Amino acid sequence: MTKNETLLSVRDLAVEVGDRRVLDSVSFEIARGSLAVLMGANGSGKSTLGLALAGHPRYHVQGGAVCLAGRDLLPMNVEERARAGLFLSFQAPPDIAGVKNNLFIRTAVNAVRESRGETPLDAFDFLGEARAAASRLGLPEAMLGRPVNDGFSGGERKRNELLQLSLLRPRLAILDEIDSGMDVDGLRAVVELVGSLRAQGTSFLVVSHYLQLIESLEPDTVMRLDRGRIAEQGDLSLAQEIARTGFVRASETVEG
Amino acid sequence: MAPTEQAAPIARALEQPYRHGFVTDVESDALPPGLDEDTVRAISRKKREPEFLLRWRLAAFERWLKMTPPAWGQLRMEPIDFQALCYYSAPKSLKDGPKSLADVDPKLLETYEKLNVPLHERARLAGVAVDAVFDSVSVGTTFREQLAKVGVIFCSFSHAVANHPELIERYLGSVVPPGDNFYAALNSAVFSDGSFVYIPQGVRCPMELSSYFRINARNTGQFERTLIIAEAGSQVSYLEGCTAPQRDEHQLHAAVVELVAHDDASIKYSTVQNWYPGDEHGRGGIYNFVTKRGLAAGKRSHIAWTQIETGSAITWKYPSVILRGDESNGEFHSIAVSNNFQQADTGTKMIHLGRNTTSRIVSKGISAGHAHNSYRGLVRMGPKASGARNHTQCDSLLIGPNCGAHTFPYIEAARDDAVVEHEATTTRISEERLFYCRQRGIAPDEATSLIVGGFCQAVLEELPMEFALEAKALLAVSLEGAVG
Repeated sequence: MTKNETLLSVRDLAVEVGDRRVLDSVSFEIARGSLAVLMGANGSGKSTLGLALAGHPRYHVQGGAVCLAGRDLLPMNVEERARAGLFLSFQAPPDIAGVKNNLFIRTAVNAVRESRGETPLDAFDFLGEARAAASRLGLPEAMLGRPVNDGFSGGERKRNELLQLSLLRPRLAILDEIDSGMDVDGLRAVVELVGSLRAQGTSFLVVSHYLQLIESLEPDTVMRLDRGRIAEQGDLSLAQEIARTGFVRASETVEG
Repeated sequence: MAPTEQAAPIARALEQPYRHGFVTDVESDALPPGLDEDTVRAISRKKREPEFLLRWRLAAFERWLKMTPPAWGQLRMEPIDFQALCYYSAPKSLKDGPKSLADVDPKLLETYEKLNVPLHERARLAGVAVDAVFDSVSVGTTFREQLAKVGVIFCSFSHAVANHPELIERYLGSVVPPGDNFYAALNSAVFSDGSFVYIPQGVRCPMELSSYFRINARNTGQFERTLIIAEAGSQVSYLEGCTAPQRDEHQLHAAVVELVAHDDASIKYSTVQNWYPGDEHGRGGIYNFVTKRGLAAGKRSHIAWTQIETGSAITWKYPSVILRGDESNGEFHSIAVSNNFQQADTGTKMIHLGRNTTSRIVSKGISAGHAHNSYRGLVRMGPKASGARNHTQCDSLLIGPNCGAHTFPYIEAARDDAVVEHEATTTRISEERLFYCRQRGIAPDEATSLIVGGFCQAVLEELPMEFALEAKALLAVSLEGAVG
């Protein structure tokens, strides 16, 4: 796949949660190595999009088509989508008592490797990579030996998501409000990691309200989600305008 | 007894080829079903037991007649017709078994594969007659030599009755008297065979003893009797069972295990049992009703029970420790898994009698399917047990919406200075946790295995190393399909 070729194609995606139709007809494309920002008022369905693409059992796709790296995504189950290269960072990552972080991540990395016909990493090799990645993210090495998210603060859990992102190296990473709970150093780490992975070909769909972060990420596209559809698409200037005028004003502008 | 005094008779006993002493002592076929005094006499006669043992069996039988089966367990089961059971049968001739692995149930072979059972063991476990030279002599001989050198006795119970009757007479029933409970009384009357271990003073047993090595272990039948004695300053680690699923036409397994540890002695008894669970409704599964008890008789003695129990239709057992010696210590680490329609009512009793005694209980119960898992534990501090301390950690993991976990802790402290700590947690494998694992590329069965492994880590760490890896595989297999 060459750069600028489409990695993710979403066409007329409709999603229901419970009996509520949250996404009506969402369509967009993300090219390989590009970064798209998704904005929208609270409750507009931004998180729903990520969870539906990841295959969460409570988010029911009622129509549309999704293509990831040339493959039909919707018939795949959750782990198949992950192995196809889709990563979703969790807003509130759960803890897993008794399971060490490095064991968990290694199991995940090897599951993906195996599905690609690559040999699994042994504990020793993996630990070396994990330590390097933790160090680049400014994370204490001790985090690797602790049970997954056990006793981690919100910000620490987000950093743990970044650690997993850097070791899994997915084709597409959906980062849902990765900035919440993060301090200045954390945000810097996000920008650095995203930049480095993007240079290696990972595409990003970043959900955020935070203009400073959006600007630092240098997005290729900015989209606004409103009433279940992509109402507007533009570049960084769209984000800056929304930040100035707010969502209500923006939707009035479109209608008017 | 000093090591040198024992060496000669032991060496002689151990030199006997393994088939002798058990298989060939049996003269004729099975007794018809039913249990009366004549049955007990017949069993004792077939085994050529000394008079004291016959009298002991008969006394136990008299007690049993006056007892009724206990009904307080959190268990639903059909009443057992004791007159319909067979109390003695000759070990199955290997000639009637499958001729090769090709004749063995493929599902059984698949399980061996999943549990990483060594290839040469699969044949033996499946009942395929293997060449005696290949099987026992090469494996058994070297370890028997090592044991003989230090004076350790490790043989079948029947063998011990014939060769060390004085030890049997002194210790049999000293920890679990026949009148202790209904199934112990039954066992005492009709027990078939089991293990006997004797560690002389000051000896650290050079290897882990495994009932696996005691050839013909699988033929000991339903009423197994085991006795382990550790003299002052000695140490032994004993492994019972194996992860490979054990089929048995007998539904009831009512074993009795007695451990005795003298001053500064240490006994570690590990069980990894994977009984055949029957069909997915539990029909035909094993009833595992066992009385296991250790007497920490000596000062600073130590007894540890570690168990992984899975597979039986009903598990009802409380490996316990009586802490009689001052500064003695008892430990109980357990993982009990129930799936489908299995039931487990299991736990431990720590009875503190001496001074400054300590006990530690770590119980992990995992329920899945429609299973019910109960922990029942008793911590009792007697009036003379000054400075007694106990810590109990009792955790339940529920998988799916139809299973149950129940806890019945009993604490009886007769003293003001007793320290008893009890912690209990209940968790589920939640949809969110599962989604998290899957979103990272981990399939549901593997995610369950990870989560269960993490949950059980504290107990898995206590297992002898060879068992720990097998145990993890066993947990994964017994919970297959429980999630996702």
